Amino acid sequence: MKWARIAAVGFLVLVSTACLLAQFIAPGSYAHQFRDVPDAAPSRQHPLGTDDIGRDRLSRLLYGTRVSLLLAPAAALLSSLLAALIGGTAGFVGGWVERWVMAATDLFLSLPWLFLLITVRALLPLNVSPFTSVAITFALLGCLGWAAAARVICADARTLCSSDFVLQARASGNGGVRLLCRHLLPNLKPVLYAQFWISIPVFILTEANLGILGLGVSEPLPSWGSLLRELESFTAFSAQPWQFVPLILLVVVVSCFHLALQKQELSA
Amino acid sequence: MRQRLVRFVFLFCVILTVGIATAQSSELRFCLRSEPKTLNPVLVADDASETVRYLTGGLLMRLNRLTQQLEPELATSWKVSENGKTISFKLRQNVRFSDGTQFSPEDVAYTMQQLMDPALHSPTGDSFRSGEGKVITQVAGKNQIALTFPAPVVGLDKLFDQVAVMSAKSPKKEMAVLGPYYVAENKAGSHLLLKRNPNYWKHDAAGRQLPYIDSVRLDIQQNRDLEMLRLVRGEIDFINSLDAEYYDKLAAQAANMATDAGVSLDSEQIWFNQVASSPIPGYKKAWFMSTNFRRAISESINREDLARVAFRGHARPAVSWVSPANKFWFNDKLQPHSFDQKSALTLLKQDGFHMQDGVLHDRDGHLVEFSVITNAGNKYRERMATMIQQDLAGLGIRLNVVTLDFPSLIERISRSFDYEACLLGLVNNDLDPNSQMNVWLSSAENHQWNPSQKTPATGWEAEIDALMRTQASTLEMKKRKQAIDRVQEIVWQQEPFIYLLNKNAMSAVSTALHNAHPVVLRPQVYWNIDQLTLGTEVARNR
Repeated sequence: MKWARIAAVGFLVLVSTACLLAQFIAPGSYAHQFRDVPDAAPSRQHPLGTDDIGRDRLSRLLYGTRVSLLLAPAAALLSSLLAALIGGTAGFVGGWVERWVMAATDLFLSLPWLFLLITVRALLPLNVSPFTSVAITFALLGCLGWAAAARVICADARTLCSSDFVLQARASGNGGVRLLCRHLLPNLKPVLYAQFWISIPVFILTEANLGILGLGVSEPLPSWGSLLRELESFTAFSAQPWQFVPLILLVVVVSCFHLALQKQELSA
Repeated sequence: MRQRLVRFVFLFCVILTVGIATAQSSELRFCLRSEPKTLNPVLVADDASETVRYLTGGLLMRLNRLTQQLEPELATSWKVSENGKTISFKLRQNVRFSDGTQFSPEDVAYTMQQLMDPALHSPTGDSFRSGEGKVITQVAGKNQIALTFPAPVVGLDKLFDQVAVMSAKSPKKEMAVLGPYYVAENKAGSHLLLKRNPNYWKHDAAGRQLPYIDSVRLDIQQNRDLEMLRLVRGEIDFINSLDAEYYDKLAAQAANMATDAGVSLDSEQIWFNQVASSPIPGYKKAWFMSTNFRRAISESINREDLARVAFRGHARPAVSWVSPANKFWFNDKLQPHSFDQKSALTLLKQDGFHMQDGVLHDRDGHLVEFSVITNAGNKYRERMATMIQQDLAGLGIRLNVVTLDFPSLIERISRSFDYEACLLGLVNNDLDPNSQMNVWLSSAENHQWNPSQKTPATGWEAEIDALMRTQASTLEMKKRKQAIDRVQEIVWQQEPFIYLLNKNAMSAVSTALHNAHPVVLRPQVYWNIDQLTLGTEVARNR
């Protein structure tokens, strides 16, 4: 699997470099509308064609990837950290703390968070720049996406606490903080990694769904979510396979992250 | 053995007869996007119920959707009194409801009483409520009736295009109908089956009873992709209303099925919040209340591009609040505002705006930036807003596009007034501009840019108020037309609503359906339902 890992790392480096150098690589601005050629097929001038109002798809993909690759993992990191803090503490302490925290988590999971997000968006000021709006969107996702992961981490932490090596560590005189840092957290890493990587595509797709409801990234800034929205109108009547490129890129990038980090996870 | 053989032959004959009968009966199929909320014609408020009313209801007179003229139906003639309060009908004789009950003037009186019953809150009845008091009905003989309203009703005769006559005596109540079809089956969430009314009064020139098609099946289908697939597969016969994208997709596949009837009555517009008490900064209110600012914004929007790109060419730059599709009321002296950013900049300079590093500032040095809200999920409006964003950037104006869910948007534009500009559309079904009194009077709630004013905030709004009241108080069509033409001019000059586009009316019609002539008025395809024929029917007639 070594070659696969190298290929994955290589691809991620390539994508990241392309995003960072978007202003040099992209055929045009992500916002410029070539109104004479809306919905154009791929050509030398527009390698991935143009969208419904004539914006170059490749440029939007490069800039959109930059936004999503930066902000979706940031939101995933935020939610994973919150999940680790809340779930890990509950599983480690156990007893009534665990019961209360898990009850609160269940309550949080039962909240219609989509409507909560819509309400929050309706309360936000209208005159915010597209960059602020995208940051707010992902921050909200990060703050609200911890509950399911916290349950998993809590269960895992509880199992670890009753395992033989933790018992032995306790018997050897290891205290709470040392036990947590030296024995529990390293063993929770694979679960945390998994939760982190699962969250990234989930947040990207959630952002796309929110766009339909009005809480996504504001125009004209692109994101993977807003690019995936184009597939909404993809039917058997409009066979434009190049519209799938953002989806393929999303799948490939997430898979590459998994492959690239597999070794660290195993060693953890 | 012989008995069994006889039984077998008998059964075979029965199956064959039923089979032939089924094969010969023609059925028109199309989709409703939702279930009808009511089958009672006086309570109709949604599109699906309106469809059922159109197909089943018998009217006194009907607006011909092609010529836009009223034509006699159950009333062979009618007359509106000079004071506009009374309408007298001479009714067609020997007409029966679908259940066989005789049609009489009492049915018209009963229908009117149902329409005006305050307990029923009939949306159709609301159009007739011109003043306090009851409607007086006077039946004169077997076939004459006069209805007198407490106050003059503008465009009184045309309002009867929405009134399906109900039976006063039939035990079947509203299910007894005078229209071409009656509801034979209603499976909730699945379909409605309408069957030919055996007592329908209309006949063709050859004396054959109409309608030609035996039954109509209305399938409830929300998914537009599936609706389109079903049309292409031949499972349904038409799609009454298509949007630009679906039209183009269908035209690419089966050009002979896609029909664009031209510009419709619907419009798309943008307006600025001019409510004095709104929670937006004072300097922005001053911009929005300036005619020069509004005109400059209007002139810097490329409407041709909006029509060509956002609506794929299936729209037309709008002129004012009356669409060119409204043949009589449209003021044809007016032209759409042209795209002219130089002229826009001149207008802005007159108000003290100036460019600084490619960005527009007002006379006090405020950066010109505002937001426009529109409803999320409507890709045409989202496209238009993004295109306007680029157009205004050409003037150094920063526009933030905000898409909101519909309830939040309505809350902002009608209660909190916490918005700066709004992009929305108006779906218009009524040709008579009097139906828009609730928009143009400054005291009206739907006077969106500054609703419910105690006294008109500006001179031109006072003039619009006076003109709208003038047209509502006279029955002279010439005077009314003059008043409405002047209102269109004022709106064109002042641009409280910046009209962007009038959308086209597009439909899809299967090649198996004959005599269909899609028009711009609703219902676009089946407005002449009793004249439509299917391929099977044509073959049978030959």
